[in-house]
Amino acid sequence: MISSLTTEGVATDEAPQASAEDGHEPLGRVERLLSTLGGSAFVLGGLRHGLTRGRLRGGGLAAALCGGVLIYRGLTGQKVGSRIRELAGAQVNNRAGVPSGAGVRISRSLTIQRPATELYARWRDLTSLPKIMRHLEEVEVIDSKRSRWTAAGVLGKSVQWEAEIIGDKQSEEISWQSLPGGDLQTAGSVRFKPLRHGRGTELKVTLKYNPPAGKLGATIAKLLGQGLEQKLDEDLRRFRSVMEAGEAPTVSGQPHGDGSRGRLLPFASES
Amino acid sequence: MKCVCWHGKHDVRVEEAPDPEILNPRDAIIRVTSTAICGSDLHLYDGVIPTMKKGDILGHEFMGEVIEVGTDVRNLRRGDRVVVPFAIGCGRCFFCKRGLWSLCDNSNPNAALAAKLFGQSGAGLFGYSHLYGGYAGGQAELVRVPFADVGPCKVPDHLTDEQVLFLSDILPTGYMAAENCRIEPGDTVAVWGCGPVGQFAIRAAWWFGAERVIAIDHVPERLKMAEEFGNAEAINFEETNVPEALLEMTAGIGPDRCIDAVGMEAHGSSPDAIYDRVKQVAHLTMDRIHALREAIYCCRKGGTLSIPGVYAGLLDKVPLGAAFAKGLRMEMGQTHVHRYMRPLLERISGNGKLGFDPSYIITHRFPLEAAPEAYKLFSERRENCVKVVLQAA
Repeated sequence: MISSLTTEGVATDEAPQASAEDGHEPLGRVERLLSTLGGSAFVLGGLRHGLTRGRLRGGGLAAALCGGVLIYRGLTGQKVGSRIRELAGAQVNNRAGVPSGAGVRISRSLTIQRPATELYARWRDLTSLPKIMRHLEEVEVIDSKRSRWTAAGVLGKSVQWEAEIIGDKQSEEISWQSLPGGDLQTAGSVRFKPLRHGRGTELKVTLKYNPPAGKLGATIAKLLGQGLEQKLDEDLRRFRSVMEAGEAPTVSGQPHGDGSRGRLLPFASES
Repeated sequence: MKCVCWHGKHDVRVEEAPDPEILNPRDAIIRVTSTAICGSDLHLYDGVIPTMKKGDILGHEFMGEVIEVGTDVRNLRRGDRVVVPFAIGCGRCFFCKRGLWSLCDNSNPNAALAAKLFGQSGAGLFGYSHLYGGYAGGQAELVRVPFADVGPCKVPDHLTDEQVLFLSDILPTGYMAAENCRIEPGDTVAVWGCGPVGQFAIRAAWWFGAERVIAIDHVPERLKMAEEFGNAEAINFEETNVPEALLEMTAGIGPDRCIDAVGMEAHGSSPDAIYDRVKQVAHLTMDRIHALREAIYCCRKGGTLSIPGVYAGLLDKVPLGAAFAKGLRMEMGQTHVHRYMRPLLERISGNGKLGFDPSYIITHRFPLEAAPEAYKLFSERRENCVKVVLQAA
């Protein structure tokens, strides 16, 4: 394992997209000052939010943590991603899949009332997945095995990686792993198993991933409500809805009152 | 369009909002003609249901005329007159296929949130908090209805709105409560709560072959309605000790089937009811369950407890030991409305004979604009209010 390299732009042949985004260029004075002030506000706001509720957790804790990150930036002039990577022992991503013992493993299964062949076909059509799975931004197919994936990352940043299919059994299983050079290391599989007694098909997804900033990054992501496990859960529910009901349920775009034109009691005095 | 919006505890307003639009291929837009305030809307009004947001449009009992359909809705046409089930079901998931429409897997956009709280999520409901999907409700001039190809039930023109409106919720709910009792010949059925659902549960208990039906409430007019229209024997819990009376009336065996049509905001003045009230005010418990406790306590050994009343949270001091010791069977849950609409519509139309007319429970009619007053009046049980219908068109 190569653990002492910095994260400054590593462009290799396999992964020209490996980013040079957050090297160690120091922040400007104004930016440092703003970062410190903003961070303090976040910490105080977060603590106050937490304390008024008797306990520091959830949104309050997340706000306080974000604040802490900003203060760190301000005081040290370093961008935090690079520091976290250093702390977490970040390394150049020069291998396929996820090293054993590294990363986070999640899995989830659910029952879908459609035949395995249909579910397999929809899943195998990789480019259509982002339409169903909200945390995916884009999938480009490079050839029969390889594809390029872009997903919503933490704090609004996208992450990108290339993957290859390493196992493909018609109507039964698809498995994949990431190729060297991407923003994250990942490997996973999806299995389709017909259930007896007309109970539909069991779909089981197993995912392993090594986030850009190691386990610390995953912890922060989770605090901010963006944990991959939750996203996987939501995405698979949407997949089920689209496969079964032909559409995913939504209320975005429906009307609601804004309170500004509300008419309060009494009715009688107006009429 | 005009719509009735929730803004907090005892704060309901009539507002102007943009017209709803088709968002999914299986949607329809309905121009609402009649809508009702449900007893369960009062739980929202009282602020005891979590995950409501200011501006949410209320209402889950409504009917009207189809004015637009999505590309995948082929069974409805502009101009069709329909009643809409309060629970939203896709018709194709594990649960809908088994007739368990109110447990639909695919209609709650916030299913992940509900699953965190309950283990699994039920169906989305109109106008009933974001835990149940955050769908805009039908106390409005217009409403978007998802999965309109399987939900709305067409109704014939010769039946009035008031005759068919309650197919949307309370008539099937009272009916399912009685069905869940699994009534056998000779059975005595005791019904706690003589609001609209209790009234219909009483009627349905007879349809399922009950020998006797006993109605329990503390509002004299509601008890009178149960006696007059439901042919029930009445117990006023403010005047009579309910467990003693029930034992006496059933020769010591207890009512065979008990229905809790009260739910989470039970009234009562016994020590346990006061304990619940204090905890609910202090937000230490969400539900007040005096009626549930009493029904468990009174039910015959090996009997059935059917619960159409709404419960939402964690219940404190449920005498599960008593339920266990007496070998009770408990049935509960949101109503699978889709399952009952058409059979009950036939019962209403009567097929040539004199049909069942559920409109007898209506005590108040208001225009939609008067919703704030209507909520207040219903909530305070003033003017002998049992059921309010809002006329939207």
